[in-house]
Amino acid sequence: MKKPLLDIKNLRLSFFTPAGEVKALNDVSISMQEGDVLGIVGESGSGKSVTASSIMGLIAHPGKITGGTIDFNGHRINEMTEKEMRKIRGKEVSMIFQDPMTSLNPVYTIGNQIQEVINLHTDLNKKMAYERSVELLELVGINEPEKRLKQYPHELSGGMRQRVMIAIALACEPKLLIADEPTTALDVTIQAQILELMMELKNKVNMSIIMITHDLGIVANMCNRIVVMYAGKVVEEGTADEIFYNPRHEYTKGLLRSIPKIDSERHEKLIPIDGTPVDMLNPPAGCPFAPRCGKCMKICLKEMPVYTQLSDTHKSACWLMQKEAFEQERRAVK
Amino acid sequence: MENKKNPFSFQLDVSDFLPADDSEKESMVVMRESVSFWKDGFRRLRKNRLAMASLVVIIIIMIFAFIVPAFYPYSYEQQIRGSENLGIMKYSDAEMERIKTGEKVFPHFLGTDSLGRDLMIRVMVGSKISLLVGIIASAIILVIGSAYGSIAGYFGGKVDMIMMRAVDIIYTVPDILVIILLSVTLKYPLKELADTVKGFAWINTVGIGLISIFIVFSLLYWVGMARIVRSQVLMLKEQEYIVAAKALGASDSRIIRKHLLTNSIGTLIVTTTLQIPSSIFTESFLSFLGLGVSAPMPSLGSLASQAIGGISSYPHRLLAPAIVISLIILSFNLLGDGLRDAFDPKLKN
Amino acid sequence: MSAYIIKRVISAIVTLFLVATLTFFLMYLVPGGPFLSEKAPSQQTLKALEEKYGLDKPIGIQYLNYMKRLIRGDLGTSLKMRGQEVNDIIKTRFPVSAKIGLLAVVIAIFVGIPMGSVAALNRGKWFDRLIMFLSTMGIAIPGFVVATVLMFFFGVRLHILPTFGLTSPLHYILPVAALAFYPTAYISRLMRSSMLDVLGQDYMRTARAKGLSQFKSLFKHALRNAVLPVVTYLGPMLANILTGSFVVEKIFTIPGLGSQFVGSITDRDYPLIMGTTIFLAFLLITMNVIVDIAYKIIDPRIKLK
Repeated sequence: MKKPLLDIKNLRLSFFTPAGEVKALNDVSISMQEGDVLGIVGESGSGKSVTASSIMGLIAHPGKITGGTIDFNGHRINEMTEKEMRKIRGKEVSMIFQDPMTSLNPVYTIGNQIQEVINLHTDLNKKMAYERSVELLELVGINEPEKRLKQYPHELSGGMRQRVMIAIALACEPKLLIADEPTTALDVTIQAQILELMMELKNKVNMSIIMITHDLGIVANMCNRIVVMYAGKVVEEGTADEIFYNPRHEYTKGLLRSIPKIDSERHEKLIPIDGTPVDMLNPPAGCPFAPRCGKCMKICLKEMPVYTQLSDTHKSACWLMQKEAFEQERRAVK
Repeated sequence: MENKKNPFSFQLDVSDFLPADDSEKESMVVMRESVSFWKDGFRRLRKNRLAMASLVVIIIIMIFAFIVPAFYPYSYEQQIRGSENLGIMKYSDAEMERIKTGEKVFPHFLGTDSLGRDLMIRVMVGSKISLLVGIIASAIILVIGSAYGSIAGYFGGKVDMIMMRAVDIIYTVPDILVIILLSVTLKYPLKELADTVKGFAWINTVGIGLISIFIVFSLLYWVGMARIVRSQVLMLKEQEYIVAAKALGASDSRIIRKHLLTNSIGTLIVTTTLQIPSSIFTESFLSFLGLGVSAPMPSLGSLASQAIGGISSYPHRLLAPAIVISLIILSFNLLGDGLRDAFDPKLKN
Repeated sequence: MSAYIIKRVISAIVTLFLVATLTFFLMYLVPGGPFLSEKAPSQQTLKALEEKYGLDKPIGIQYLNYMKRLIRGDLGTSLKMRGQEVNDIIKTRFPVSAKIGLLAVVIAIFVGIPMGSVAALNRGKWFDRLIMFLSTMGIAIPGFVVATVLMFFFGVRLHILPTFGLTSPLHYILPVAALAFYPTAYISRLMRSSMLDVLGQDYMRTARAKGLSQFKSLFKHALRNAVLPVVTYLGPMLANILTGSFVVEKIFTIPGLGSQFVGSITDRDYPLIMGTTIFLAFLLITMNVIVDIAYKIIDPRIKLK
């Protein structure tokens, strides 16, 4: 087994707010190999963005890592100083965010903002940095790159701005690109273009991608592995096939059921997941999904479920798995 | 079967795997009660200690300004011979004589001025003037501004454009200069009006200075309010229920009144509350310069101005009106800020 | 861009025209007209006034003459100051006010902006609370209170700073401080809220994700954006300094245009009142136009093609 590019082990993270300790991440373990496109799926508040930020070492006060380790590309992230982190950010790991409208500084030109990251991590002189910027814009499919470099963000469309963000992220050829809901703020057609671009680039520059989203449709196309998060925990993890064709957690099943299908009958209702998300200030003792789970058992309310390994690549945190295993054993004994 | 679970044992309690019923599930869910906009807002306001303290201060000052003077033994224009330039709590010789004969002489808490007028009552009446000006001026601004702004906003198009052009021009006019100009010149025609035309005699009693101030405010200061109201109206115009109301056949003016203004009330309250200290400030500024209310009617501004001459010997003559006017303006500002924090939905988290 | 400039300049001229007209007609509300004091002038003076101002002609003609004079830059002759030309009076007194005003502006900007920024960076901590408290006070307390209280404590009680006139650098301290109080407080608050707004923006996250240090991202990305609303305040700030100067000059007995103006009001020196009003209005309107245009140039989002 090759050493993983990213290995998060038992990560715990809390925000110490005036209202109390908000346990944003509760024993999260995620690992990925080079070349993976990992999808992290979950609703707002599930902890997916916090996970991304912690890889970048960009957890804002009053957040603190309270346990576990993060290993990335040979670095132990949770033990690095701010100065050391700055060397990695933008260089070995990059991140693009959800809203391209607001992710670029409105008072500086595109060229200025691309060259900023080039100057930070390389020794290229002005001329070479400029040429590299042009190259990058071409790489992400922006035409008339010289013209664009002189323009300001508000002069570009949303799709173009996101391409610029990708160009900035790729400027120093990072090993890992973290994309936090990169297409949520874009039109559907532009969405498709951006996702296509990302896959193209992945192959071109040999990069791994973490795709964070609440949209299972995106994940189906792009990712080879998927992690499903709920209330700061990984509830299910597996390959794309396993998750889509053999989901083994009620939450995952619920997510899949609630996707409107293009070929469904008109009278078929959409099936949302009942209930409201968990209050992270006072998380319940048992499985966080229990109150909303159709198959909730008494034990689910009392104890946090353990992981059941369903295959080499597939695991799920659900007491139902344990119940099945137990029943199998009983039948075997009989 | 053991009911107690041994954490190290792999023995599972079968009964645990029975489905959980709804009541058990509900106990795990923390419900947040939903409150109405007003109740929620007032709750937040009450929690804001600074705003609540300001409210208390305002009420106390109002009592001193409006209620106490009615029972006070001295009046603001009453010049007591022989009691000129008394210090704090001092009595004149004549008054000492009267005390010796057993008569009770009400103390001069803040002394007297150079004309023998009790300063305490003058400060209280001055506060009354300031508060009255603030409230009435803000009311005028509210009415004119809201009417103008909602009409411009609702009808849009050419009407809106022309109306807002006028607002732009008025906005660029340097208001302080015009206000000074108007205060200087309006006195004369107003006085003539009061003296010659029958129905306007009240102008003299109220005070020409005060009237000029109100006229000036009505002419200039409503533009800010008009802009705010107009933008509120424009925002609300886009909302669905306008469409719904029109479908039900409501007339234009009913739509304006019922739907739009009701929803903007939060903003209006905040803006008006913050307008009050601004008006009070302008009035005291004008009085300080010698415009505004005419003698012998006191204003906190004119009291401060008169106090500068004797500042080394009688500093309290300056400090009293200064502190009071500062308290009034500060309290209204803090209250307005508190209202905004409490009722502005954008800041809700 | 040039279309905007032209539009703005025209609008300014219209406003100035309105102010001048308003001034003229208001002055005529005064009994006897603005060129006669309450006491009847001597025959000689009356004749001279009539010649110069055409007082016997109908008001329409007088108005036209008035506007004609204005365009030539003639602001009239003072009533009470022994026939001195208003223009000359302004020429002597304005530079004094300008000096103090400018100093106050400089202080407001170079103290207000850093204070507000640091407060925003330390949100919730003691420094922030202190700044918020001071600036709330500074905005609420009227200028004349600040000036008189400063004069009382430093001049009268403690006797360490002079309070009369402008004969030494030390004399500048109290008046400038009094004048700068409100704008500094206002700019602090404005800067703080603007900075807080900017700090929460996504492009700040992008800057950090690139590997920029906290310090650099603050200076390069945050400050540049946060300062923009302060630029819009420059216009109103000037108006505030102007009104402040009336009070400050009166209290500290400074021979500037402000105290002159206040004096002319008490003296009922109408030509002087009119002339000074027009001059000050011209000043304010012009500065506002300049600031508006400057703002449009600085903010690239508003750059009109």
